[in-house]
Amino acid sequence: MFTKKKCVAMLLAGGQGSRLYALTRDMAKPAVPYGGKYRLIDFPLSNCTNSGIDTVGVLTQYQPLVLNEYIGNGQPWDLDKLNGGVHVLPPYQTSIGASWYEGTANAIYQNMSFIERYNPEYVIVLGGDHIYKMDYSKMVDFHVQNNADLTIAVLDVSYDEATRLGIMTCNEDMQIIDFEEKPKQPKSTLASMGIYVFSWEKLKKYLIENENANTGSKDFGKDIIPSMLQNNERLFAYSFEGYWKDVGTLDSLWEANMDLLSPNSPLDLYDLKWKIYSRNSNMPPQYIGSNANIENSMISEGSNIDGTVDFSVVFSGVTIEEGASVKYSIVMPGSVIKKGAIVEYAIVGEECVIENNAHIGRSPETIENKDDWGIAVVGHNVTISESKEVKPKQIIADSI
Amino acid sequence: MGVNYSVLGLIFASMHDSSVIELTKQRTMGSILFGGRYRLIDFPLSNMVNSGVYEVGVITKSNYSSLLDHLGSGREWDLSRKKGGLHLLPPYSQVGGIYRGRLEALNNIWSFVENSKAKYVILSDCDFVTAIDFNPALEQHIKTEADITAIYSRSIYDNERTRYTNVLEFDESGRVSEVLIEPQFSGECNISLDMFIISKEFLKKIVKEAASKNQYSLITEIQAKKDEYKIYGYEHKNYFTKIDSVQSYYEANLALLNTENRDKLFTTDLPIYTKIRDTAPVKYGLESNIKNSLIADGCVIEGTVENCVLFRGVKIGKGTVVKNSVLLQGTELGERCKMNSIITDKNVKISNEKVLTGSETYPLYIGKNASI
Repeated sequence: MFTKKKCVAMLLAGGQGSRLYALTRDMAKPAVPYGGKYRLIDFPLSNCTNSGIDTVGVLTQYQPLVLNEYIGNGQPWDLDKLNGGVHVLPPYQTSIGASWYEGTANAIYQNMSFIERYNPEYVIVLGGDHIYKMDYSKMVDFHVQNNADLTIAVLDVSYDEATRLGIMTCNEDMQIIDFEEKPKQPKSTLASMGIYVFSWEKLKKYLIENENANTGSKDFGKDIIPSMLQNNERLFAYSFEGYWKDVGTLDSLWEANMDLLSPNSPLDLYDLKWKIYSRNSNMPPQYIGSNANIENSMISEGSNIDGTVDFSVVFSGVTIEEGASVKYSIVMPGSVIKKGAIVEYAIVGEECVIENNAHIGRSPETIENKDDWGIAVVGHNVTISESKEVKPKQIIADSI
Repeated sequence: MGVNYSVLGLIFASMHDSSVIELTKQRTMGSILFGGRYRLIDFPLSNMVNSGVYEVGVITKSNYSSLLDHLGSGREWDLSRKKGGLHLLPPYSQVGGIYRGRLEALNNIWSFVENSKAKYVILSDCDFVTAIDFNPALEQHIKTEADITAIYSRSIYDNERTRYTNVLEFDESGRVSEVLIEPQFSGECNISLDMFIISKEFLKKIVKEAASKNQYSLITEIQAKKDEYKIYGYEHKNYFTKIDSVQSYYEANLALLNTENRDKLFTTDLPIYTKIRDTAPVKYGLESNIKNSLIADGCVIEGTVENCVLFRGVKIGKGTVVKNSVLLQGTELGERCKMNSIITDKNVKISNEKVLTGSETYPLYIGKNASI
């Protein structure tokens, strides 16, 4: 017996996130750490819980171990429910064969039976790699009010950004009349946030049609949305105002962390009315030693800091020894920065060891040719030996 | 480590409430906040679970609503179980009135103990803070065929400062030869951690005999029967601290600034679990200056903090200087304040430019929800 649900969420978490390179070699992109104690997937999962959506399917495919372990039974997000709750949905074998998820639409198509069990009126499709706080229930209300078949959350972006995103053109009622992927000359600046509310019957129809048409892409942006538009279905754009960050690249991941350090941070993690939940690491409070020097930073539980930390985000269980310096950087859980090591404008992955006097990254002022400058990245479980250097833009995936 | 179904854990959440009357006014001993993010009961509860004891009864007395709120179903200690799990045992008296000691409390809840399939019982209070694996003590208990195994630590006892402390003496075989209740001397001795391992059958005998004689104190009973009962000591060599006054509470919190102490209390082998609050990481502002402090998640710090323990969600305004202090959950200090040697209880609010000073030997305590 399954209780009927008004809205079921389907979270696409199978992406490789190949532009995050070393950080996603061994874990799916939604499992990438962010903001001192979170992983990217905490944002959509917490948004679901805070919006009253208690049934979430998480579609996994690429390197799911860390993600599966992290989601567990969903208890940290209050998603361990008798009816509904969070379910990890990997690709599976059937009597007619087995196939990987071929595209975003195909991934949902393969899990239609999961959705059918809850007999929902609406299905909200979410990505696992965006940072934002959003009340999905308001978007569903908007969808219902407009008697829409599909509602797409949109964000007003700059003209420049619009050329790199999926762009909607709307009439004055916010009904979508045109959709273009990465247009060279955008007709509008309303960009898709990759959040879709579908009326389930309609979505089902288009998923089956798309599957039978066998387009090869089996993708929402490439197939489903254009064919719905073509058939004059009711598509609406739901304007979102607030902080939204796509962390598709190393630079944007670094920036998104730095955003938290701005005195007027656009993303309030301290708002008790819209908490972002995460799996807790059960560590004692952080200890700040007598030699520490901390300025404008975020530091999480279980860390031991006796060095300098400036404009940085330090995750749980990190050790920064006396005489070490971390500036404008992100240090992920469990890493150790030893005496005399300098980490600046860098991302250091989980469980890394930066040995004495190693130097990771450089500040932009010290680089003559600006094109040579960029964030330095050390992947997870990497040791950087004593006095070794990691240059700007360099990405280290194996110990040196 | 697996589950040891042969052991039942019983925790007295309210022993010695009166020793820290300021802190137990609106809560019980077990729910006193400690070490930035914990409550005292987290330590015995985690000790049980870390020792494989997954059937745990918590015996409460009065003022236990904060304790119930903290424990919930016991999930955060992994004690929300089908087999065993956490059992809250509120006061229940057969003779009227609240129990006077451990034996009376045990008699009142005996049907719970009786129903347990466990062969052994581990008793623990909440005023000793330590991380311990009970298994070696249990092994010794079985090997020596003891009636009671009393867990103790070698430490300095100072009768001027500690309260409700019992001291044990042993003969050559390690058997208890003397039980001293709050003795009138000072020096290094065997301090009872008031943790006992007893077989269920033997505990039943003691409890029922005591009830028939209107005797209620376990320690008094042990003292009287030390020659009759086979009582052995087990030395616990790890760090411990005892909360028995506001002064010792202050010192025990600040003792965690010592890395050696912290490393002994918080290990990866014996993690201390607590209720999760889902607070964001600590945010340090542009003008923050932090030295030698223990700081829990959810704090926002704009000022100077030295030699302090800050619990979850503490806010320190710009230009404020706070030293040698223990600020409990939700304390908010305004801007340009000067604070030294103070303890603020939960949700204390202090407005701008206030100056409050206690002394290290007599910290200034500010009660729960106070606004200054």
